[in-house]
Amino acid sequence: MSTVDEVKSAALNEAAEGQGHAAPAVDVETPLQRFLSEFFASWVATISFAVLVLIIAVALLAPLITPQNPYDLAQVDILDGKLPPFSDAYTGYTMWLGSDGAGRDLFSAILYGLRISLSVGVTSGFIALAIGMAIGLAAAYTGGRTEAIIMRVVDLQLSFPAALIALILIAMLGKGVDKIIFALVVVQWAYYARTVRGSALVERRKEYVEAATCLGFSHTRIIFRHILPNCLAPLIVVGTVQTASAIALEATLSFLGVGLPQTEPSLGVLIANGSEYMLSGKYWISVFPGLALLLTIVSINLGGDQLRDVLNPRLKR
Amino acid sequence: MSTPTLEVAGLQTHFFTRDGTLKAVDGVDFTLGPGEVLGLVGESGSGKSVTGFSIIGLVDPPGRIVGGSILYRGQELVGANEESLRGLRGNRIAMIFQDPMMTLNPVLRVDTQMIEAIQAHRRMSTKEARAKARDTLDMVGIPSPDERLRNYPHQLSGGMRQRVAIAIAFLNEPDLIIADEPTTALDVTIQAQIIHEAQNLCRRTGTAMIWITHDLAVVAGLADRIAVMYAGRIVEQGGTDDVIDRPLHPYTAGLLGSVPSANKRGVPLRQIPGMTPNLMKLPAGCAFRTRCAYGDGACATMPEVTQPLTDRACRCHHPLLPIPAAGAPA
Repeated sequence: MSTVDEVKSAALNEAAEGQGHAAPAVDVETPLQRFLSEFFASWVATISFAVLVLIIAVALLAPLITPQNPYDLAQVDILDGKLPPFSDAYTGYTMWLGSDGAGRDLFSAILYGLRISLSVGVTSGFIALAIGMAIGLAAAYTGGRTEAIIMRVVDLQLSFPAALIALILIAMLGKGVDKIIFALVVVQWAYYARTVRGSALVERRKEYVEAATCLGFSHTRIIFRHILPNCLAPLIVVGTVQTASAIALEATLSFLGVGLPQTEPSLGVLIANGSEYMLSGKYWISVFPGLALLLTIVSINLGGDQLRDVLNPRLKR
Repeated sequence: MSTPTLEVAGLQTHFFTRDGTLKAVDGVDFTLGPGEVLGLVGESGSGKSVTGFSIIGLVDPPGRIVGGSILYRGQELVGANEESLRGLRGNRIAMIFQDPMMTLNPVLRVDTQMIEAIQAHRRMSTKEARAKARDTLDMVGIPSPDERLRNYPHQLSGGMRQRVAIAIAFLNEPDLIIADEPTTALDVTIQAQIIHEAQNLCRRTGTAMIWITHDLAVVAGLADRIAVMYAGRIVEQGGTDDVIDRPLHPYTAGLLGSVPSANKRGVPLRQIPGMTPNLMKLPAGCAFRTRCAYGDGACATMPEVTQPLTDRACRCHHPLLPIPAAGAPA
């Protein structure tokens, strides 16, 4: 390449760079687009997100893709009981993951169990988020005695182990999906309240809030339209971690036999059902539901980690 | 003259802290007509910002307006209920802040924020409001306003953001704008543009403006009148040229003397000796007397506001009537 060409190409590059510099003004990248491109920059996050989407999809589509409805007694045959993986069922199809003591196809049971585990975890997560967010915002915005009282209640709540509070509540309320969701909400709201209060405290001291006040906006408008959107990042991160731990806690309670009833078998119930066969070498009844639970929680947590990195303002360039 | 836009008389704003009462503003009087620009000058802690926040009714606890009156077009603002104050804020009285990086909400687009500011005070369709926002951006000298409307604050430069903040202040065609050091965080060249723009807008729209600053050079080219604050009081007030050319109060003279200039190159800058006094324990009498070259026994009593010259107010026992050579007293 001749010198002239080099100079030319350098000039071209410069021109291109100049355009690139001016580009944001023309082609506006919304915060959402930037967030997405940063999130999927990590392959771990991409894989875990894909796994999570797959898990949610098979859970939602369970009735369509499972060979058997494991809780329709007409479809379950006791003669198929305790079959190892890849055995053929009495009724014809292959049981990829084997069957449990009652002759249910484990693959089907796991998908149905995922539906219940996920919906309990996500529902309780959202309710706890809504409640905790409202309480935390109220505490940060009002300040003074109200804030002190609310935050001491939060501290009190957080000083007890989650499983203990949930056990006590379940013992008082009894079994059932609604009761376990209630118990999980009670256990979780304080985390959200504390998180949102922390960032709302920072945000409300910022000048744009003062500027908004100077524009004559009402308190509700300032709280929900100006402060809340700026507190969402940490809330989303805590939300993912808390949802994962809610699923785990629900499985724990169900394994202990105080969570969901046998008629609504979550993954925890399945693991509990199989535990009695563990010592007789029939590992699959417990291990496969356990793996499904592990996969769910790990993929949520890995995604949550990446969220935390992407949304952390301290790592922003 | 018609009703002044703003009449502040005997304004006192005190902060009741655990360690005692801090008299941040202690007897401030001034009057502002339509289209007039008042430069409120003082060092940090002289009470100039608190004066601004008192007018808009947003003094944070433990602060409280304890005395005096603020008449906005004849309407008393001290003790007015929150609802009517909120109706004025951003509508009739707007505010511009120091740091343009901080005053725009980072997660909302410029148009969202501007349309919201309009619709908070008047019934207007979003389409009309957007057109108005666009026109206002154009008015404050923002090139290609349609594109800027779709930007997020982080995509704009500091000067651009401050222009947007100024545009938001002018959106509802207010009668009064309080600008709290709006150019302090900007480059000098941008500063000059913004000042020029603000001046133009006030002339054109008849909006009165209070420009709070510690920089005499800024107000010299901008304000019609200057009020110099020291320790919560206005110590001198008058037309800009008069105050700058012939300061009456030794403090004003001291401030002017400490402005670096080309014809004093190599000569050590004059400083005002000492520090700004602790507002918690102000000395009795004139607060400036411990730092003042003219301080004497008479200064142990608080000087009254006098008018030693026409249209010049000064709070001093020893106003510098015989005009000293440019600069401070020796």
